[in-house]
Amino acid sequence: MLSETERRELEEAVKHYPDKRGAAIDALLTIQRRRGWISDDLLLDIAQFLEITAEDLDSVATFYNLIFRKPVGRHVAFMCDSISCWIKGCERVQEQIKNLYDVELGQTTSDGRLTLLPIACLGQCERAPAIMIDQDVHGDITPDTIEQIVEKYK
Amino acid sequence: MERPLTQHIHPDGTTRTLREYVKDGGYRCLQKLAAGLAPKDVQRLVTEAGLRGRGGGGFPTGTKWSFVPMGPDAPKPKYIVANGDEMEPGTFKDRVLMEGDSHGLIEGMILAGYALDAEVGYIFLRGEYHLSAQRLNQAIAEAYAEGYLGKTIPGTGFRFDLHLHSSAGRYICGEETALINALEGKRAVPRAKPPFPQTVGLWGQPTVVQNVETFYNLPHIVNHGAAWYHSLSHTQDGGTKIYGVSGRVIHPGWWELPLGTTAREILEEHAGGMANGVRFRGVLPGGISTAFLVEKHLDLPLDFSSLPPQVGRLGTGTMIVLDDHTCPVGFVLNLERFFARESCGWCTPCREGLPWVARILTSFEEGHASKDDLALLDMHTKWLAPGHTFCGLAPGAMAPLQSALQYFREDFEQHISRGRCPWSKKPAQLKVLV
Ligand SMILES: Cc1cc2nc3c(=O)[nH]c(=O)nc-3n(C[C@H](O)[C@H](O)[C@H](O)COP(=O)(O)O)c2cc1C
Ligand code: SF4
Ligand code: FES
Repeated sequence: MLSETERRELEEAVKHYPDKRGAAIDALLTIQRRRGWISDDLLLDIAQFLEITAEDLDSVATFYNLIFRKPVGRHVAFMCDSISCWIKGCERVQEQIKNLYDVELGQTTSDGRLTLLPIACLGQCERAPAIMIDQDVHGDITPDTIEQIVEKYK
Repeated sequence: MERPLTQHIHPDGTTRTLREYVKDGGYRCLQKLAAGLAPKDVQRLVTEAGLRGRGGGGFPTGTKWSFVPMGPDAPKPKYIVANGDEMEPGTFKDRVLMEGDSHGLIEGMILAGYALDAEVGYIFLRGEYHLSAQRLNQAIAEAYAEGYLGKTIPGTGFRFDLHLHSSAGRYICGEETALINALEGKRAVPRAKPPFPQTVGLWGQPTVVQNVETFYNLPHIVNHGAAWYHSLSHTQDGGTKIYGVSGRVIHPGWWELPLGTTAREILEEHAGGMANGVRFRGVLPGGISTAFLVEKHLDLPLDFSSLPPQVGRLGTGTMIVLDDHTCPVGFVLNLERFFARESCGWCTPCREGLPWVARILTSFEEGHASKDDLALLDMHTKWLAPGHTFCGLAPGAMAPLQSALQYFREDFEQHISRGRCPWSKKPAQLKVLV
């Protein structure tokens, strides 16, 4: 069930578009910010709010990689694997994360703390390799510094 | 050297406020509109200035605008959209502008709206750009409070409303018709063209989509005129360009320089040359959908009209350098894996062809590729050439592959003859540099 606050936020989002459907992505992201991910129940509620079918909304939700249809950890780390970061050794940093936290790309640590996902170029190539954890970007990361960075996210 | 787009950006990365922006001449061109500069005058200025779109294609902005229906019978509303998707690997220039000087985008969009009598704008921003989103939201709120947005601009009868749309990932959203679908709350698959967005776009209405950097040029063209704008560049295309460099150079970064600056100047003078111990082998001049340039091309002016089409395209102007400690096949494999993952899946050649290319390149890296595989790669550059797929993603993916097969063919052949990647066993590659 969507809360009153969530409904109000959705009403706000809809104001930016000529029809409710236009706000589909905003709506999914808005609810995800509060709930972490979009469960089937939430999907049904949002679809009802937008006056479209749940199937239709799910086809949108599953298209975009920043919308999660499965649970994620308390923090989400997006590891850039595009070219400038690859040249500067992102694979070694990822290897180090795996050693430290026993987590591969697409997985969540067993304590539910961190989900590790690959991401396309973060637009931080001048300080490659880069990682984004939640909303914070960290550049010039190395296998030696990555632990110190990840430790800030409990 | 003038740097109209970036001269006021704070070097420490802090926000530039509305007050500072206005003090340095921001929103001044709105007075010119009030003083009688008509929409068609703005259109004419932009055409005369020779402004070419900065999203990678370099399409002349004035020409694009000329297809928008004008006059009392034109459909209403019309839309202006800023393409801030910026997911082309190696590209970070729009972020620099949006974070550093958010009001410039708003002012540019108001001007485009005025020129085309379009009263609603959307900024389409990639979801990962949280700092840009925060600063743009702040700037939009300030512009509303000051009456630049949402109120009739005094003396013009024109009013512009602006919304920020934060996206949710997927590279294909940057393709302008896919972007329109995304803005409508749908899956971001491209639409057939024609009809072009200028006549039938967002919610079926006339729509102009321009790259973020393109909009930043507009206030300066209106304030200083076409002749001044031409004087900024080294070539026939007007203005400056934000160039960038990443890879193993001494100072990776970005610089606003005259359009038509050579890759050699950018790499050697601005980026400080190659990092210690590595040598230059090639460069993708503007994102990964462009062809490699090699040593013999470094003195060509980098703009939208001087590079011979058989050599390549400028693209986004943010370069990625290939050095001699990096395997060219591994480099291209990284690119093709990106394209295969980001294909929207709408048309078969791209959906099936790109993963196939990535698999073949993997076999080179793993040391079990044959001569037939090399031939297959060559074939794919033809099968996925422009005209064979629904949009430009797959042909873009073939540009670096085809040029790599041309310039670095011996490296591909060595993977076959040695049965392994010549770079993979070198611990040196891991140690030399970061
Ligand atoms: C696969 C693909 C991705 C694209 N991504 C972007 C992008 O992120 N930003 C952008 O401005 N243009 C992008 N473009 C180009 C746009 O379709 C469009 O041409 C451009 O936004 C027009 O703006 P301009 O004329 O100001 O350059 C992309 C094109 C393709 C085929
Ligand atoms: S070329 Fe690729 S990205 Fe473009 S429409 Fe076809 S499948 Fe989608
Ligand atoms: S390639 Fe990683 S931030 Fe651009």
